[in-house]
Amino acid sequence: MESTHQPADAGGSRSVSDQCSELVLYVNGKPHTLTLDHRATVLDVLREDLGLTGAKKGCDHGQCGACTVLVDGRRANSCLLLAVAQDGRRITTVEGLAEGERLHPLQEAFLERDALQCGYCTPGQICSAVGVLAEAADGFPSHVTPPGTGSGAPVELTDDEIRERMSGNLCRCGAYPRIVEAVGDVSARAGAASWTSGGPAGQGVAS
Amino acid sequence: MSPDPFPLGPHPHPLGAPLVRREGREKVTGTARYAAEHTPPGCAYGWPVPATVARGRITAVETDEALALPGVCAVLTHENAPRLAATDDPTLSVLQEDRVPHRGWYVALAVADSLEAARAAAEAVRVTYETGEHDVGLSADHPRLYEPETANGGYPGTRERGDFEGAFAAAPVTVDATYTVPPLHNHPMEPHASTARWTDGHLTVHDSSQGSTRVCEDLAALFKLDKDEVTVVSEHVGGGFGSKGTPRPQAVLAAMAARHIGRPVKVSLPRREMPAVVGHRAPTVQRVRLGARDDGVITALSHEIATHTSTVKEFVEQAAVPARIMYTSPNSRTVHRVVPLDVPSPSWMRAPGEAPGMYALESAVDELAVLLDIDPVELRMRNEPDTEPDSDRPFSSRHLVDCLREGAERFGWLPRDPRPAVRRQGDLLLGTGVAAATYPVLIVGSDAEAHADADGSYRIRVNATDIGTGARTVLVQIAAAALNVPEDRIRIEIGSSDLPPAFLAGGSAGTGSWGWVVHKACTQLVARLREHHGPLPAEGLTVAADTRKETAEQSPYSRHSFGATFAEVQVDTATGEVRVRRMLGVYAAGRILNSRTARSQFIGGMTMGLGMALMEGSGLDPAFGDFAECDLASYHVPACADVPLIEAYWLDEEDPHLNPMGSKGIGEIGIVGTAAAIGNAVRHATGVRLRDLPLTPDKVLRHL
Repeated sequence: MESTHQPADAGGSRSVSDQCSELVLYVNGKPHTLTLDHRATVLDVLREDLGLTGAKKGCDHGQCGACTVLVDGRRANSCLLLAVAQDGRRITTVEGLAEGERLHPLQEAFLERDALQCGYCTPGQICSAVGVLAEAADGFPSHVTPPGTGSGAPVELTDDEIRERMSGNLCRCGAYPRIVEAVGDVSARAGAASWTSGGPAGQGVAS
Repeated sequence: MSPDPFPLGPHPHPLGAPLVRREGREKVTGTARYAAEHTPPGCAYGWPVPATVARGRITAVETDEALALPGVCAVLTHENAPRLAATDDPTLSVLQEDRVPHRGWYVALAVADSLEAARAAAEAVRVTYETGEHDVGLSADHPRLYEPETANGGYPGTRERGDFEGAFAAAPVTVDATYTVPPLHNHPMEPHASTARWTDGHLTVHDSSQGSTRVCEDLAALFKLDKDEVTVVSEHVGGGFGSKGTPRPQAVLAAMAARHIGRPVKVSLPRREMPAVVGHRAPTVQRVRLGARDDGVITALSHEIATHTSTVKEFVEQAAVPARIMYTSPNSRTVHRVVPLDVPSPSWMRAPGEAPGMYALESAVDELAVLLDIDPVELRMRNEPDTEPDSDRPFSSRHLVDCLREGAERFGWLPRDPRPAVRRQGDLLLGTGVAAATYPVLIVGSDAEAHADADGSYRIRVNATDIGTGARTVLVQIAAAALNVPEDRIRIEIGSSDLPPAFLAGGSAGTGSWGWVVHKACTQLVARLREHHGPLPAEGLTVAADTRKETAEQSPYSRHSFGATFAEVQVDTATGEVRVRRMLGVYAAGRILNSRTARSQFIGGMTMGLGMALMEGSGLDPAFGDFAECDLASYHVPACADVPLIEAYWLDEEDPHLNPMGSKGIGEIGIVGTAAAIGNAVRHATGVRLRDLPLTPDKVLRHL
């Protein structure tokens, strides 16, 4: 039952019993050495073991996106990740986005645009949006990216691009139009900044 | 009783201002804690076991294998669970008897030290059943359909005025159409969850509920406690849409398990199990008959619905009720028929009655407009009644015509070529549709306290619940106006049954009910402060108020919100896919108290209506008796890419016959009318009238 994933910067998970292994997760920049049940997901470890309840459990099946976090800077459904397979990974949750009292621009934009109601999908939406900005900056195309767009060139985040890329995060309250506006606001500002600073990739992601 | 006139408060006037939600920062930083996010020391985890038969009795439960797994504390079944007192809501009588009334009914609860162990234990429980024949199929001619005395909301099951049959037979123009709406699931993003603990005989539950006062009362009754021996906290709630309006089994299971093992227990319902135990919108088969004169004025209106309930309790979706208030109809018959089937118990889902009922009625009105070749906006205006048709009571305010007019203008409704299937862009056919919306005004007596501190700050205490509406924010706005102080000097406490009891967040009644009593407490506090001379005592001054007397009197007015929804759709003739291009709603819902959060609620309701029109639908599997579409992979709710430009506007409606704020409630009207507007637009686009929601590609394509 030993984990087969052994990144260079960690010692590899160590089986301490048939049921559990010891591993290290870097969460919001902080290392946590944990002895975890092999069945535990990253989501449940965050919520139940580390007390980081920002990542939400909406479906536990990768269908709703409420559990979205960033793993090594890319977004992922943490309910689908077995923690034992993530030894040595850097995980950023919504709790890791603000710098002290200063909110991440996406958090500010969600507040400003009222891009939330019940708030349960909101941390996942925001983490997902952080991922979207980075993916677009890195030239990842989406289903609606026009064919012929230069390979690897930054993708302009039009409203259609934002809608498409944010569709893995369900919101039952129906905040979508406001979410698109909020992501668009930050994208426009980041885009403007990127002309001078070389792009918004990985913006706000603790690493 | 006519409410007191309402002060506008200090400049800038807080009422109607777009204040940012008070708890917004906690929500965007992930620090707002929901029911399952309280983990007391020693907390164990419960995982429920659902019945795998649709009807029968448990003959044996084998728990040895489950109990032998590491970390497992207990398995509760009907044989060892704590005995509960009888309750008005039999869906809460969990693990009390061997009967299985429907598939998915909980038959056991595994409790363990970790989520992983609890889940494994639940899967290891072996239950055997003696099964009976089951019936989960609703049809309009089901032999066991009966006419109930009342439908949900206490409305009479059947109402008749004049001579419908005679007037319908004599009408020169008639519509006779049957519409079906499948079972729909609320699916709030936060699954129903409870964390329960017992401390020296006192039960404390963090529960995901739309109203913890009722949860507290029901848990006290079930566990034979005084209400002051139970505290239920619902501080942040991840949506409910009706499914958290009443207590749900997870609260009872968590409390039982915590008592049984002597430790705190957390139970969060798995998403796939929710449809069976948290209520659903019951399916409806709706026959609408309209008889009209050549000028479009309706002379005969009949709306007859068939729906199902469970064998556990009677719940009748009141879908024929809006036909009693919408249009001129001197000869009318509105009838509900219901059949108890071996299905999960239906319950409230956003705009119960109005959402499915107005889909059918507003589609039928569109059919009449097509037959008469009258613009559907104009046709509705010609059928505007002077008084509520059913009761002949005057409307406290009714601005449907203004909503239609302003909506048509903003949307660019005219000029509109009424011919179907003539607007083509490549493979796409385009069309526009309109429908009206209505929702009743409900206000329920509540309690609140207003407190003035010696330092000049204020505190409001009321057991309101914020399920995403912005209740904290809007109640502070009401208090600021009544106290005539800036809102940043007011703190508010909501979301606990230890606070003064108040109505739940449901029926679009929260803000009106809570706001009235907050206003009353603040007004009385202002009077007390005026009489008070010298500095306030160190403990400050507190005033308690309740509105039971004011709200007990029946209003002489018919009180409803109204609205108009406009939609533009495209129908792909190659795939049958319908997409909404844009949607616009205009509402007359009394005074709007916070323009920012109100707009979000209207848009949210319209978005759920878009789902109802195009993608949401569940079905009961005839062989297995359960919902086939039970999770979010199979039951499709709108995703970001499905939702285009949606705009919501409102009229500045003044209505002195409501409450001191003049507000009507806005949580539900956005969903009403939306499905019909989209369906009517699909007909305009294609020429095909589809009457069976949702309008999925398989249904659409075969007609193109």
